[in-house]
Amino acid sequence: MCSKQCKSSGESKKVTFEKQWFYLDNIIGHSYGTTFEVTNGGSLQPKKKKEEPTSETKEAGTDNRNIIDDGKSQKLTQDDIKALKDKGIKGEEIVQQLIENSTTFRDKTEFAQDKYIKKKKKKYEAIITVVKPSTRILSIMYYAREPGKINHMRYDTLAQMLTLGNIRAGNKMIVMETCAGLVLGAMMERMGGFGSIIQLYPGGGPVRAATACFGFPKSFLSGLYEFPLNKVDSLLNGTFSAEMLSSEPKDSASVEESNGTLEEKQTSEQEKEDSVAEAQESHHPQEQETMEIVSQDPEYKEPKERGSKKDYIQEKQRRQEEQRKRHLEAAALLSERNADGLIVASRFHPTPLLLTLLDFVAPSRPFVVYCQYKEPLLECYTKLRERGGVINLRLSETWLRNYQVLPDRSHPKLLMSGGGGYLLSGFTVAMDNLKADPSLKSNASTLELHKTEEPAAKKRKCPESDS
Amino acid sequence: MSFVAYEELIKEGDTAILSLGHGAMVAVRVQRGAQTQTRHGVLRHSVDLIGRPFGSKILYSTDIALLTMMLELRPGSVVCESGTGSGSVSHALIRTIAPTGHLHSVEFHQQRAEKAREEFQEHRVGRWVTVRNQDVCRSGFGVSHVADAVFLDIPSPWEAVGHAWDALKVEGGRFCSFSPCIEQVQRTCQALAARGFSELSTLEVLPRVYNVRTVSLPAPDLGAGPGPEAGPDASPFRSGTPMKEAVGHTGYLTFATKTPG
Repeated sequence: MCSKQCKSSGESKKVTFEKQWFYLDNIIGHSYGTTFEVTNGGSLQPKKKKEEPTSETKEAGTDNRNIIDDGKSQKLTQDDIKALKDKGIKGEEIVQQLIENSTTFRDKTEFAQDKYIKKKKKKYEAIITVVKPSTRILSIMYYAREPGKINHMRYDTLAQMLTLGNIRAGNKMIVMETCAGLVLGAMMERMGGFGSIIQLYPGGGPVRAATACFGFPKSFLSGLYEFPLNKVDSLLNGTFSAEMLSSEPKDSASVEESNGTLEEKQTSEQEKEDSVAEAQESHHPQEQETMEIVSQDPEYKEPKERGSKKDYIQEKQRRQEEQRKRHLEAAALLSERNADGLIVASRFHPTPLLLTLLDFVAPSRPFVVYCQYKEPLLECYTKLRERGGVINLRLSETWLRNYQVLPDRSHPKLLMSGGGGYLLSGFTVAMDNLKADPSLKSNASTLELHKTEEPAAKKRKCPESDS
Repeated sequence: MSFVAYEELIKEGDTAILSLGHGAMVAVRVQRGAQTQTRHGVLRHSVDLIGRPFGSKILYSTDIALLTMMLELRPGSVVCESGTGSGSVSHALIRTIAPTGHLHSVEFHQQRAEKAREEFQEHRVGRWVTVRNQDVCRSGFGVSHVADAVFLDIPSPWEAVGHAWDALKVEGGRFCSFSPCIEQVQRTCQALAARGFSELSTLEVLPRVYNVRTVSLPAPDLGAGPGPEAGPDASPFRSGTPMKEAVGHTGYLTFATKTPG
């Protein structure tokens, strides 16, 4: 599996995938899920399903007692096979020839024959299926191709996060991720353009290379905000101001830089990823021969024509101003402290992130923290207990087992464990202000006051007030 | 409350979850003049216990999470489901596909179908779900070529594979079947392949939940005499220990794709 960008229809772009190269021009106009065969530098569209010649009675052995590995069972030499390939003979015909020239094939058991054919097909029949991007595809792809970029978050772990975090249309979510924008994209898919997401980012700007692969419509971007993580403290203690985003010369320089290079960075990262992916292709023999096409969103694309230097500077300033405005909107949204949930999945230590960012979340809302390692979450668990304002803390992990299901040959394929990361999840509740400091009572939210009269809050629980 | 949007204040008619500590929870329907007894005492507010234990739902949420993602569900998705059962999966599906999607749920047990309908009304999600009281294996889902995804949780899913194909859009869609036994999976996979489904994949996901506790192991007496060395080696440590009882198996999830052609 590999992610590639499908540029506008007129443009011919050479794409490399699983040691093959081809142009994507021919795939346009077909439905997703269509399978193509690679020929000399282009894509053709062969039939969807091949009629398997299963009707003929096949000859097969019952066991391998007489099969000797003498290395001479294949009568075609390496050179013969290369010659066939160079002649441009179809992959399936080469496979047929290999079978015919294998002296042991007829003695193999039916299952072994099956396996032999499958292996050869994989090698000689270059079949490529074009599929639509989705969280499913992209999270499986990233976990297989670029696990380091997403902190080794396995796709079933991401699925748990979306469910535990109750991600759905209409929410106001806060996310802090360094997973190439994959977690952000997964949230955007589940929210369908309804509601808002505030992404807190470290460094010069949010990374959204994976997000771009989803091909989201532009409308999904209107509810997408970003805010620099290093301004969070000032936002919480009230010292944040609009000037902080632009007036400091040092700061503005970095913003400027990020403004000018954000898209470039994403594009180049994408390219880097692709080339790394290509380089690694041979190391993933069990990979499905599938790739998905990504229609690149103009928003993520580097402006094609830069024009003169002067125009460029103006453009830069305009963007800078736009970004500043967006940051202020994000700051205002955060300051309401009524977010519907918090998702954290980064390479940073999760404890300080959580202890700080939870202040932006309303009571009775879920939060989920991902960490590649269990130990930081143990600490986070303890610190959250000390802080209070949370219930149903749960430290968990999922194991995923894959099955081969074939007649008389069903068994587990692969047990993945450990490598998929850990989750700490729970719900926020109102802080126990009444008990701790009665003078704060007047400051308590309406919700808190309401509790004394008609207490049981939905989803927020009252163990503290009862005990 | 509303299952599909957050609200700030509790109203009469809402379903509220009371957390009683240590993960114990109970769902209550908020009603004026009613009382709730918990082991922490009476809740002196107008709440009424409907007493729907959450056990099964909790157990399933791991599976639900995976199937929701693997079925590629999102706002606007049209989903077919059978059986409706307790409605635990239904609620999760509705939350994901609202406000523009729809769930067509089929339950052949008349009482259960009615109970589910009632509950969907109570939870004010009725507009996103249609419950049909029929046998999915014989009569299908009651809709054709409208669904983006099909989810089956029935004893003989292989008998519904053809109906699943018909319910899915002509352009294609995703399929998932949940079965506890491998023999069921086997037959389902055969039926799927025969009907033209592709990209077959069978998965099992197991939740593992950890207790967080501080452990200290006593230092052994090696006869070295009593000393200050309960020292660095025997100092307490924090550990995530597995819960005593872990989920060993719920079911296999078999996924497949319908593509045109």
